[in-house]
Amino acid sequence: MPGIRPVKLRVLWIPIVLLQAVTVLAQSSTQAEALHAVNRMSFGPAPGDVAHVMQIGVERYIDEQLNPERLALPAQLSQQLDSLTTTRLSQDDLINQYRDAQRAARTDSEAGKEQRREMVQNLVLQAGQARLMRALQSPRQLEEVMVDFWFNHFNVFSGKGLDRVLVENYEREAIRPHAMGRFRDLLGATARHPAMLFYLDNWLSVAPGYRPPSRTPALVKTGGLNENYARELMELHTLGVDGGYSQTDVTELARMLTGWTINPRRGSGGSVFYFDGSRHDTGTKNWLGRTVSDRGQAEGEWALDLLAAAPATAHHISYQLAQYFVSDTPPAALVERLARRFQETGGDIRSVLRTLLTSPEFRDPNNYALKFKTPYRYLLSSVRASGLPVTNVRPLLATANQLGMPLYGCQTPDGYKNTEEAWLNPDAITRRVNFAVAFASGKLPLERPMESNADLSVRYNPQWASEPVDAAALLTTLDGSISPATLTAIEQSDPRLRAALVLGSPDFMRY
Amino acid sequence: MHRRSLFKRTLLSGLGMLSVGQHAWAAIGEANQARPKRLVVIFLRGAVDGLSIVVPYADPGYYSARSSIAIDKPGHDEGALDLDGQFGLHPALSPLMPFWQAGKLAFVQASGSNDATRSHFDAQDFMESGTPGNKSTPDGWLNRLLGNLPAKPGNAESPTRAVSIGAVLPRIYAGTNPVANIGSGNSATKPTLLDRPAIGDAFDKLYNKDDKLSAAYQSSKQAHAEVLESMEGHATEETMQAEMLAANNGAPLPNGFPVDATRLATLMRNDNRVQLAFMALGGWDTHARQGAGKGQLANRLSPLGQGLAALANRLGPVLDDTVVVVMSEFGRTVHENGNGGTDHGHGNVMWLLGGPVAGGKVYGHWPGLSASALYEGRDLAITTDFRQVLAEVIGPHLSVESARLQNIFPGLGDTPRNHIGVLRA
Repeated sequence: MPGIRPVKLRVLWIPIVLLQAVTVLAQSSTQAEALHAVNRMSFGPAPGDVAHVMQIGVERYIDEQLNPERLALPAQLSQQLDSLTTTRLSQDDLINQYRDAQRAARTDSEAGKEQRREMVQNLVLQAGQARLMRALQSPRQLEEVMVDFWFNHFNVFSGKGLDRVLVENYEREAIRPHAMGRFRDLLGATARHPAMLFYLDNWLSVAPGYRPPSRTPALVKTGGLNENYARELMELHTLGVDGGYSQTDVTELARMLTGWTINPRRGSGGSVFYFDGSRHDTGTKNWLGRTVSDRGQAEGEWALDLLAAAPATAHHISYQLAQYFVSDTPPAALVERLARRFQETGGDIRSVLRTLLTSPEFRDPNNYALKFKTPYRYLLSSVRASGLPVTNVRPLLATANQLGMPLYGCQTPDGYKNTEEAWLNPDAITRRVNFAVAFASGKLPLERPMESNADLSVRYNPQWASEPVDAAALLTTLDGSISPATLTAIEQSDPRLRAALVLGSPDFMRY
Repeated sequence: MHRRSLFKRTLLSGLGMLSVGQHAWAAIGEANQARPKRLVVIFLRGAVDGLSIVVPYADPGYYSARSSIAIDKPGHDEGALDLDGQFGLHPALSPLMPFWQAGKLAFVQASGSNDATRSHFDAQDFMESGTPGNKSTPDGWLNRLLGNLPAKPGNAESPTRAVSIGAVLPRIYAGTNPVANIGSGNSATKPTLLDRPAIGDAFDKLYNKDDKLSAAYQSSKQAHAEVLESMEGHATEETMQAEMLAANNGAPLPNGFPVDATRLATLMRNDNRVQLAFMALGGWDTHARQGAGKGQLANRLSPLGQGLAALANRLGPVLDDTVVVVMSEFGRTVHENGNGGTDHGHGNVMWLLGGPVAGGKVYGHWPGLSASALYEGRDLAITTDFRQVLAEVIGPHLSVESARLQNIFPGLGDTPRNHIGVLRA
């Protein structure tokens, strides 16, 4: 009998110890865990970021980032964004401005052309400014990361005609509101946005034999089907290239999407998407083994429903997310789990992200500092780590151009890749090093007023000098990111070069 | 004077690392007078419309399929430039006609990759890996070619034996053999902050390991030094001319092709180490309003023609040792679509330019454009495998023996050999 008591005591005692351990785990994280989470869920640690996550713990950080609406934007950032006119313009405003400027260019010759160039350049520049300001300063970092992810997934190219003036609106109205929402909403928003309709030519695609009303001047020949969007919709946006469709499926889907076009009625102040029934192919289609009879716009909406719910789509999106967040060659088991979650939740992006971010694969220390930064991420992470204010993003945009990743400048609909294979090359490393030296020593005009008509050159001009990066503060912010061997080499070098060496180090190329 | 001193400092700054390269330079400059054979590959990403480049004006199917975008017959306003009585060249490519007349320019019509895909990305992948239908090939054929080139004294160590122009390394160069890329634009051939000795030395100590990043850094630094050395005193005037030409043409040139082509030619002419070069140009995916003798496609072809002519002219005598291949992932539909454009197709045309080319001829069996001749009822059929053309160039021109060709294009030997004879005997 007396032997039983201690056993009972032990039984009572063990859960208390476990409970305490669990509480401790939920409350704080090690520096390595916190650094990894910040690296992958943001565009790199800014001063204080890693300490913050160590304190609240990775779990709470994930919660925080998955609910961006609860995080207030800093007043300074809101002011900067408010000062941009482009962020207030509607689709029809933008299109009509562009068309007015085009007309002016035809009649006014030089002055008109100049006006058009300036208007367009200003809009593209402001789009870049809004994007980079947010990516650099917003506490909703995961949202910014997802905007980058989805913009590339549903890429449009600012170099193509009307899209010059529409990219910012596309990001603002089609991508950003759904970045952590439902995939079907995102898919629909991109499908109906004029930037996508224009970029992949669906606005021109009409039923065979369609005749435009005689009063509208035929700027473009609209005499039949254009399968550009239908193909990329299945290959890139949803099913994936091996998703099990044929050339006939491409053509049939294009027929179902005839009539999805643009109508910029003046002053409507909203979406310019327009379903033009007179352009729609009313014949019966045979798509993915199904017979589709004429239902007008509903055919296209139904196709989007079906594509969004297809297992191949769940797999395709899950693979891309796992590649973006975990490893260039993502573990198949993780991709499978994410795809299941995608299907269970009807394509709820936030739920899929939660599964991903709390997965053992995401947290696996073998994946720490494994990914090679894209040029975009490299530039953002450098500036964020410095903690320096940026009022002029031109040097960053110019460097992104040089590094082969112009913002809004991916010409092809597949968007930019985020793998080491795509971005690690000899020229890339030395160009990044040159950027690091120029930036860290305060030689980039990042604090010049934006309105100055400076060219995009990053050549040194002493008048433009900004604050140099403080090496000690930088090393505190990036504590744990730089290997002992690199640190030793940096400590032995000229103190004036130390910040540049940190940002240009091999260690800082990865995250 | 100033440039000279900068140049000297550049050399001194990387002395330790450059010693290999400089010995190589000396070896080639003094001992090895034989001029190396070179191959330049220009990839037109986005599927260029080959039927608008080498126009089958004698095929009645051509004009019936393309009511608004066909290039007119030779002799008409904005018509094709006659090549051989059957085919004509797009008028925007007129700068290339002297090379045709001199027998240095040839085409292979109805060529391409036999895989059926109409995805740009898969098709490019297959053409760059050199293994159509096989997505798991890890390396690109140009990299495998580099590994199978006969050894030349000095060349094996040089990072500039194979170069790519552009900020990223293309799939075609993926692999284990070192390749240097030289960014597009003028800044690529100017001294940088990293060329300052104090800065260069400090970073050398961070990039001295046996890993990918260190290898990339070292390769880039050495290539940059070699490029500066080769471009010294040569670049400015001709590059500026090319830039003016491009500007006067009015068309926006996101790729600055004539400028980059001129720079590449200057580099090749002055640096015997460069044997393989690659450039890619985008913007060929003309789904709408592609135009005919004038218009969008013509506006793209124009700088391409100018750039190729500039490359060939600037190479001068080196053109006799050079073959330039222009290729694209697939052709476009024979019929124009509803918007004065063309959609993704199948067969296309390959271009071959250079002294060794048996030029002045359109090669390949022409399958015709009659409805029954079309691939899947819509596209130009392929009668010549692109790898066959490449193998015929690589084998004799670069002295790659046929056993080694199998390493570059595995499986090609299994198909019946249709020798088409694109090079001079």
